[in-house]
Amino acid sequence: MTTELSVSLWRGAQNGRYETYRVPQRQSQTVLDVVTFVQRHIDPTLSYRFACRVGVCGSCAMTVNGKPRWTCRTHVAKVASGGKLEIGPLANLPVIKDLATDMQPFFEKWQQAEGAFAPTKTRHDAIAQIRPDTPARKAADAAIECINCGVCYAACDTVRWNADYLGPAALTRAWTLVNDERDGGNIARLQAIAGAGGCHACHSHQSCQELCPQALNPTAAIAGLKRRTAAAYLKGEIKI
Amino acid sequence: MNVRLYLWQRATAAVMAPLVVVHIAVIFYATRHGMSAADILSRTRGSIAWAAFYGLFVFAVSIHASIGVRNVLSEWTPLNERRVDAFAVFFGLALAVLGLRAVAAVVLT
Repeated sequence: MTTELSVSLWRGAQNGRYETYRVPQRQSQTVLDVVTFVQRHIDPTLSYRFACRVGVCGSCAMTVNGKPRWTCRTHVAKVASGGKLEIGPLANLPVIKDLATDMQPFFEKWQQAEGAFAPTKTRHDAIAQIRPDTPARKAADAAIECINCGVCYAACDTVRWNADYLGPAALTRAWTLVNDERDGGNIARLQAIAGAGGCHACHSHQSCQELCPQALNPTAAIAGLKRRTAAAYLKGEIKI
Repeated sequence: MNVRLYLWQRATAAVMAPLVVVHIAVIFYATRHGMSAADILSRTRGSIAWAAFYGLFVFAVSIHASIGVRNVLSEWTPLNERRVDAFAVFFGLALAVLGLRAVAAVVLT
């Protein structure tokens, strides 16, 4: 086992460069541990983002040896190639500094995809009784564990090619709500995702599904949205 | 790609799938039986069935391919949307004209 890792970290903003650091290798070490070691012991000006360190908050995603990953739950032993790590900011998002990207475009697309719940009842109504075993509820539950980390967005070729594309995470959120029987915003939602940057732009490359740290399947969700929007368009419920 | 283009592309793909199978079967039949150009033309000239078959094929291909080319241009080139749309329409019309010309050449007497 190598006792030292050679770690290249992206430094600077969009036009930065990789700089290499030597970091001691330890057992059960995560990629986030490595980045934190550099910031604590070598260069305190290194900027990166994390919060929970246990795979819940979705803050610490970075590009690790070419692939987007949640760094707090990614073991160095799993991804280091010959004792080398190259860690950069997430792709497809503007770099603020070093390993921190500006997530604003990512979250704006959630809003554009009508990713907010549209209630049909008020707090004065009785709590809705939802059966967990209906096909619609199962489809909604399938993607409910998204932690908004942006890994799928960074992995997506279509996002890279088409700046207007809403991306896997926003569309998966839309699919969850489309299947939520308590939600009343489906026509507006299907309308929002039926245009040029909507679900039909997806090429089904499935990088989102392959790299999602929560093992969700955005490609399947987007395929469902393609069918649902096509049906709504043919019925005249939405217009282009 | 929006939902309307998506539906046109999927619908034309569905139309083309059986047409491609018949088209390939015809090619195999013609080559296996050693048919000459004159033999083939004697069967296709004046045939409304072959005119309809390949006319539909050309119609479906023109729509399907122009939508596909539009996507490629839109994603992989810096051309703006108006130019991409204009090229896709031109490409579709060119395919339609060339294809229908070829159909006319084998079915018109």
